[in-house]
Amino acid sequence: MNWDAGLPLLILSSSLLPGLVIFFLPEERVATRTTLNLGGALLKLVLVGVMVWGVFHGHHYETRLPLLPGLDLVLRADAEAVLFVTLSSVLWLVTTIYAIGYLEGSPHRSRFFGFFSLCVTATIGVALAGNLITFLLFYELLTLATYPLIVHRGTEVARQAGRTYLTYTIAGGALLLVGTVWIYSLAGSLEFTHRGFVAELVDTHRAALIVIFVLLIAGLGVKAALVPLHGWLPQAMVAPAPVSALLHAVAVVKAGAFGIVRVVDDVFGVEVAANLGVTGPLAAVAAVTIIYGSLRALFQDDLKRRLAFSTISQVSYIILGIAIAGPAVTIGGLVHLVHQGVMKITLFFCAGNLAETLGIHKISEMNGVGRRMPWTMAAFTIGALGMIGVPPLAGFISKWYLGLGALDAGQGWVVFVLAGSSLLNAGYFLPILYAAWFKAPPDAWPAERTWGRRETFWLLLAPPVVTALLTLAAGLLASAPFSPLQWARFITAQEYMP
Amino acid sequence: MGTSVVNMPWGVMAILLPLAGALVCFLWPRRSVPLGLVTVIGVVTCVAGLGWQVVVLGTQRYAVGGWGAPLGIDLYADGLSLLMLMVTAGVGLGISVYSTGYFERKPSALFWPLWLFLWAALNALFLSADIFNLYVTLELLGLAAVALVALAGGADALTSAMRYLLVSLLGSLFYLLGVALLYHSFGSVDMAILAQRMEPSPAVWAAIGLISAGLLLKTALFPLHFWLPPAHASAPAPVSALLSALVVKASFYILLRLWLEVFPPGNAALGQLLGLLGAAAVLWGGIQALCQTRLKLLIAYSTVAQLGYFFLAFPLGTATAWKGTLYLLLSHALAKAAMFMAAGNIMHFGGHDRIADLDRVAHRLPLTVTAFALAGISIIGLPPSGGFIGKWLLLDAALRAGQWWWVVILILGGLLAAAYVFKVIGYAFTQAGVLHETRTVPITMEWAALALALGAILLGLFAPWPLALMEIGLPFGRESAG
Repeated sequence: MNWDAGLPLLILSSSLLPGLVIFFLPEERVATRTTLNLGGALLKLVLVGVMVWGVFHGHHYETRLPLLPGLDLVLRADAEAVLFVTLSSVLWLVTTIYAIGYLEGSPHRSRFFGFFSLCVTATIGVALAGNLITFLLFYELLTLATYPLIVHRGTEVARQAGRTYLTYTIAGGALLLVGTVWIYSLAGSLEFTHRGFVAELVDTHRAALIVIFVLLIAGLGVKAALVPLHGWLPQAMVAPAPVSALLHAVAVVKAGAFGIVRVVDDVFGVEVAANLGVTGPLAAVAAVTIIYGSLRALFQDDLKRRLAFSTISQVSYIILGIAIAGPAVTIGGLVHLVHQGVMKITLFFCAGNLAETLGIHKISEMNGVGRRMPWTMAAFTIGALGMIGVPPLAGFISKWYLGLGALDAGQGWVVFVLAGSSLLNAGYFLPILYAAWFKAPPDAWPAERTWGRRETFWLLLAPPVVTALLTLAAGLLASAPFSPLQWARFITAQEYMP
Repeated sequence: MGTSVVNMPWGVMAILLPLAGALVCFLWPRRSVPLGLVTVIGVVTCVAGLGWQVVVLGTQRYAVGGWGAPLGIDLYADGLSLLMLMVTAGVGLGISVYSTGYFERKPSALFWPLWLFLWAALNALFLSADIFNLYVTLELLGLAAVALVALAGGADALTSAMRYLLVSLLGSLFYLLGVALLYHSFGSVDMAILAQRMEPSPAVWAAIGLISAGLLLKTALFPLHFWLPPAHASAPAPVSALLSALVVKASFYILLRLWLEVFPPGNAALGQLLGLLGAAAVLWGGIQALCQTRLKLLIAYSTVAQLGYFFLAFPLGTATAWKGTLYLLLSHALAKAAMFMAAGNIMHFGGHDRIADLDRVAHRLPLTVTAFALAGISIIGLPPSGGFIGKWLLLDAALRAGQWWWVVILILGGLLAAAYVFKVIGYAFTQAGVLHETRTVPITMEWAALALALGAILLGLFAPWPLALMEIGLPFGRESAG
């Protein structure tokens, strides 16, 4: 196997193999486990770096293994795949560091990190999948690998959350499976292609295609937490903080959103989908989700729950951007895939730090916390302001392109959705920031732990600071080569070029 | 030398060797474990030899004793029989290793003779080329299976065994009556000759009805499944694994063979009926499994549901549908054996199989729980697993035939399976501190279960190979264009 055909498989193996080894490590082999975790994450990052460089210079990386007669397992590094792979592997490294700090001394770490690695492997598979059956395979693997992480603590609440998660995701997976087989039986192919592979079926199988589109989007919408399929996400908050970060920013929700990007762009193609009349309703669902998520977030006192509803709202920006045909708005959607990940992971890391260090779970307990944990709250502030869309942070770039593109495409109503959502974002983030920085701290924190002179354990502090800096950089350096924005432009150019 | 190895009668040896092994183990019960294991290795080698033969030379036909059809005993091996033999060998190897650990504490003098005897009957059944031999092997298989169920001792096991015996005899009786009718009409019991002479007549339809009824009873297709859960749940773990993984498949194999090669075309109504019963089995078995509070009964009802899938191909009748069915059958054999073994480990360890008290098993028997989970993935039909490939082929066949209602059944069956599999796994993660364990589980038992479960998963990653074997001798006919 030559290098160009082997690289995608190698990237997949760089988390799969360490993960499998970790399962068999005895609990007390901390050093070996940490080495494997970080070694795998770093190796993956290097390999992904090589791939980004290669793709930009016209290399074609593709692994193809026979799965069924006429159907291959395909891992291919096209521009969209590279965007998601890069996001996942960067954030995985950061999350691994955070998780090592977060779980220090707690039981069942070999099991945890084993499934953690499997989870990332599945995400990378989702990102690199070159056809719908490969995507389906890794999408289901992701469900299975995440379940043990959600129930990790083994409490009754965790078990309940795990059951809800499975109910939603397995049912969603079943819909996705039916849609996939159906489209295969009609089109005879599942290969992701620019502008889709079903164009010639539009005249003969119009109704079937519409039903298939609904099946696929519903199946993916479960993980992407589209209203009304979002019910599992707030419940999954019982999972440990690094798992929440993974769910919301790196893996699960993103896999759903990315799948919708794939279905609209590379299965149906934007024009065919618009011709079928399905993108309008999709945009409407996304808009409703954006507003609904924000409204619900406003009324949560539990910090992680508020962040969860915020995720529901923010992920639909991506879907809104994809559902409206037009280059600029697509750029906005794709770039938000990265930006939302970086910002949301920062916020979840910070929430985890507050819980671990001071025992703070509720927003009403956050008065004056900025003085006790300035670095954590600084990172939180950057993430929150980014979410609101304050320039020059990452979220601003997303919203700018979404709004501008929607106007270009003649969909002025989107601007109102964006404005309304930004107001609501401000409504649920600014009071937190105000309370944290300007209110007086209480006499005692709910459950305080101290780490010498530092505000918290450095393994917990470094990750949010790094991702907050990334949020800043993604906005300030948006025009630099290889920035998420430039890469989203690169993808969109391919989609819209004749 | 190469040619002489290729030309050896591997198929005949695959029947005689376990028979001889059974006899030797019966005569020297004290040495039955090493003798049995040597036999197992021999049988696996024979099946491998036959596989090589069939792959290199194509379908094989042996005339035992040199007599040949229509007088003597003919054996016939194509891709379908080969895959059945291979999965039997694989599961058989796993069960043999497992049983060495399982019977360590309370040795059972009769396990090895009966099991090897059963294996001989199975191999003979899969190789038989005439419907009378099929009857003989089916009867021998049934007797060995009943004796194995009774092995557990105790009132429960004996009642189940007795019911099983009656069902088994009744089923074979129906089958034999059908065979007699066919012999009377066409003067032969050889499948190839029958296929040539077959023409529809009332006697033929009566024969088909009798044969199908007998085989459906033995395959425990809903609503004739009542005997299966108690029999499979009360047997010792390795026997449960044998029964669910292999024995029920044998009668299904006969039905499949006859349907494909002997029965006259034009039985669409019967096909639809079988499909409907299969669908009912999938739903009923799944719901019943979900309602169980004992692990072994849950797994047994899961078998009832999974057997239902095999009948969904009858109304479709395309090569893709048959291949999907056979694929489901192979992966179910591996996965279900692994599940029963895992349940056996849990009982061995905790002394009970109450699902609600499976707390913290995941921490204490990680390999066993992994085996159960991996097998469960294949049973649900999630990728990557053999169960997924089988379902994919069936879904594809159903959609191409425009019969979307089977799609609904396949999906609902998968969701029910997910519900009962995760019901068990969910409990394995709980924190409750009640300690039930009485003894440790031998390492062979844990690894045997895990190896078979891994086999079911690997079937999902290496599908082109088994699918290519299914082409040898074209048991399912050619793929219709498109």
